[in-house]
Amino acid sequence: MTAAQEPAAGGALPVGGAMRVMGAETEYGIHAPSAPSANATMMSARVVQAYAQVTRQRAAGGAETRWDYTDEEPLHDARGWTVDRGSAHPSQLTDQPPVLDAEAVALAYGREELELDGQDESGTLLMNMVLGNGARLYVDHAHPEYSSPEVTNPRDAVTWDAAGDLVALATVRRLAADPDLPPVNLYKNNTDNKSVSYGSHENYLMPRSVPFGDIVRGLTPFFVSRQILCGSGRVGIGQDASAPGYQISQRADFFEAEVGLETTIRRPIINTRDEPHATADKYRRLHVIIGDANLSQVSNYLKFGTTSLVLSLIEAGLAPKVEVHEPVSALQAISHDTSLTATVRLSDGRRVTALDLQWMYHEAAAKLAQDTGVGDALDGDGHTHDVLDRWAMVLTQLDNDRAAAASSVEWVAKLSLLEGYRDRDGLQWNDARLGLIDLQWADIRPEKGLYYRLLARNRMDRVVDDAAIAAAVAEPPSDTRAFFRGKCVSSFGKDVVGASWDSVIFDVPGYGRLQRVPTREPLKGTKALTGALFARYREAGPFLGELLGHSTAPPAA
Amino acid sequence: MAGQEQQQPQSRDDQVDEDIPEAPPAPPEAQASAATEGVDDLLDEIDGVLESNAEEFVRAFVQKGGQ
Repeated sequence: MTAAQEPAAGGALPVGGAMRVMGAETEYGIHAPSAPSANATMMSARVVQAYAQVTRQRAAGGAETRWDYTDEEPLHDARGWTVDRGSAHPSQLTDQPPVLDAEAVALAYGREELELDGQDESGTLLMNMVLGNGARLYVDHAHPEYSSPEVTNPRDAVTWDAAGDLVALATVRRLAADPDLPPVNLYKNNTDNKSVSYGSHENYLMPRSVPFGDIVRGLTPFFVSRQILCGSGRVGIGQDASAPGYQISQRADFFEAEVGLETTIRRPIINTRDEPHATADKYRRLHVIIGDANLSQVSNYLKFGTTSLVLSLIEAGLAPKVEVHEPVSALQAISHDTSLTATVRLSDGRRVTALDLQWMYHEAAAKLAQDTGVGDALDGDGHTHDVLDRWAMVLTQLDNDRAAAASSVEWVAKLSLLEGYRDRDGLQWNDARLGLIDLQWADIRPEKGLYYRLLARNRMDRVVDDAAIAAAVAEPPSDTRAFFRGKCVSSFGKDVVGASWDSVIFDVPGYGRLQRVPTREPLKGTKALTGALFARYREAGPFLGELLGHSTAPPAA
Repeated sequence: MAGQEQQQPQSRDDQVDEDIPEAPPAPPEAQASAATEGVDDLLDEIDGVLESNAEEFVRAFVQKGGQ
């Protein structure tokens, strides 16, 4: 983002277009080919541990920071109630730190395995880190997860999500170099094709004043159809892939409900988890669980950009007035039809294709962007025009020049590669080699991952350049509170004992107690607001003194 | 990891046919065959990086539930 486009310090973002506070969460598939029975949670903890080792080498001061769970509210439902803890599925209780201490590990896996593992000084396997780029790297259930820092636009969402793939790669390299541990592969995909799925979630900040019913009505037809832009493609039909074939989305077959709180069972198209991670009476954090993890930058860019545009439509009360009949089966019917000719029934009786639905949303979004001015090529917000342009271009290609979409749309790119193999070797869809290509597409190692092989041959389009992604591994976005969080970790890591989306906790020598700095406004804590402060101090004590308005000298203990 | 990391030697020349600037426009048949060669070449490269024993590798990729 250029200085000219930078919003006023701490001010609101332009409304009506593609800009808003957003972020990505990626759960990686994890596999140790040489130790197939290795425990997935243990391996995931090794991944986090490996990154702690990598960053310790790179920067002085430990970067491993504990998560502050104070503000996690996974059982708050956006529809206005809270689920009783006793009736919640155990996997929903994400507000308690997952403790995998030495004793639990020994009980579960035996002393020998324990001794093979790196542990931190306290004897606890590291399950969570806050990174210098403002992201969180942690163990979620049985997968390592990277949650990107908050960004303000879809281009930055692509950049910091792709930075997570480099973080994951660094852990794979580190573990591969350790002679005492089995090498671990990480895959940016969403299913093992044996009935298990794991998520890649998106988060979008919205004003709380928007009624949740409007969100459900406005988003459902969009979510049913947006997979044609950002599906990653999957070999196999059905949760267990028992029917041969190829489909557009990794996730579609795993969705069973229209609206709900769960994310691991009875997955809903619209998730109602209501943890704003910000000032709760002003904001809601819309938690989107229906997306595929994307390696393709164009698909990822359109996933965040078009969804943000549609949320702007909903906020303005201008979402297309369409209602899809039986959206769960419509979602799956669209995913199973790579010809894009399948129609779904609307409640008014019309039948439309996914392309038709997407064009309806594009038309409405383009009109709103024009009316508000944010979509102007020169004087707009710097993002909306490009999202609308690419959205229209990809829809046009999908409609009448499918081959042209193979360098941008992930499911088309993967399908094109698979068809190459089918043509050359006469393979049926249930051939294991096609399953392997699907899996290895998502291997995050550039020498093994088939997406990366295509990228290296310039067969996949880039939205951001490689240098920007590499920089985002260490640097936080400049224009959200992630800047403050990341800089606290990278500048004062040894004194930061905890952090969450909306707080950073210091334990500074000389202060009698922990200092918790709330960061409940996502557009504060930016470089514009705090950059000079970080530049002035090398020690956390005086930094905190100025920040919190104390005298520069810490109080006597 | 060395055994698995082994890569087929890929000469940079492989990519030349895609990148030649200002080549005179080829007749449609020649274009088609150039595209086919590009695909053949790509598949050859990918043959070299695919894990061996596809069936066993895919079968062993078993995940625990996630979100």
